[in-house]
Amino acid sequence: MSNAELLSTLDMARFAGQGFLRLDAVVPEALNQQFLDDIGHVSENEIGSAIEHYGRIMSRSAIPVVGAGTPLTDAYPPDSALTRILELPKVAGAIESLVGGDCVLDHHFLHITFPPHLLEKPAPAQHNHQDSTVDPRQAFDVQIMYFPHAVTENMGGTRFIPGTHLRVVSEAAIARYQNVLGQQRIVCPAGTLLFVHHGIWHGGGANRSDRMRYMFKMRLAPQRPQQRLWDTSDLDTQTPQRPIFWLSESVREDDVATHLTRNLPWHEQDTGRLEHLNAIRFWRYLTGDEKFDADYWLTRVENEPQ
Amino acid sequence: MLVLYLQNSALDSRVIAWANYDGTGSSRPMTGDSDEPPYSTGVHALRDGWRLFQASTLQQHSHGDEFRTGYLKYEFFFEQLVHTDE
Repeated sequence: MSNAELLSTLDMARFAGQGFLRLDAVVPEALNQQFLDDIGHVSENEIGSAIEHYGRIMSRSAIPVVGAGTPLTDAYPPDSALTRILELPKVAGAIESLVGGDCVLDHHFLHITFPPHLLEKPAPAQHNHQDSTVDPRQAFDVQIMYFPHAVTENMGGTRFIPGTHLRVVSEAAIARYQNVLGQQRIVCPAGTLLFVHHGIWHGGGANRSDRMRYMFKMRLAPQRPQQRLWDTSDLDTQTPQRPIFWLSESVREDDVATHLTRNLPWHEQDTGRLEHLNAIRFWRYLTGDEKFDADYWLTRVENEPQ
Repeated sequence: MLVLYLQNSALDSRVIAWANYDGTGSSRPMTGDSDEPPYSTGVHALRDGWRLFQASTLQQHSHGDEFRTGYLKYEFFFEQLVHTDE
């Protein structure tokens, strides 16, 4: 991954605070078409039913069956669309920055959301959930969601709630939260990748268009501590604590502390502050700096004079 | 049924998440179907005829787990009885 364009410190701080990184149209159109050819996409006019199409794709697709825990670099054939996508400088850089170039593939899956005319009855949106199971680790997996074609609003692109990634919940136990302030939906040009922390709350939308929606998901797991894997040339470890509450000027947007302590629309008044503490702890893990703090949140509760 | 999640334990605090379930079958609410809450606070739902029948209790933080976040804490269940033709 020598051509990788690593993330910057502010990119990483934004990811630490909100749990996602979006790369719009990062995959060139020719590669998107190669991917669609590889999976066996055919026009909606040639499809009799959703079950028939899924069966055809599962049996004929060029997506390999890969053992869980396979090194990512060994997961796909050299000239496949997926290998070429993973080698794109921005994609390789994001992977290397978040989970390391020696990460392994947990699993992958091609999600197809069918339009109503290919279903016996229209499918509702998927409930909000957190993938896998309860996972209180500090280390994190990354899920890459690849959208090989343009996703319009009525196609029900993946819905997610920024900043929920550090909440420890049990998969679909959060299903009763139908709508959450600040939720976002993927509406994007072809070739967009969404990188999410494994803990992000999300769900697929209902497809109300007349076209199929594809989303290929890869879950990547790190094999080393995720410390300073990005381009740390702009990482400032000497900045003193900035003033809090009583300020003479507004806070800087391009600041690590700002990204880690941003109030999000869905934050509860009290646990929103705990989100700040948890994001700061997450940044300590990412930087290996156990004394790091932002706006005095951890220093205050760790102050035990001897 | 209407479920509101509020910003704190006060019923007049701001709605941050919500869910609807329609037992009459005349509408089919689903996940992600709205970005604007139906009411700005829990009290606004009361004023519109919704009856509060359950509110989450305040839980003491267990030792060593004070900073862990998980499910939304301030959950309020409302109901409204309506006449149907059936």
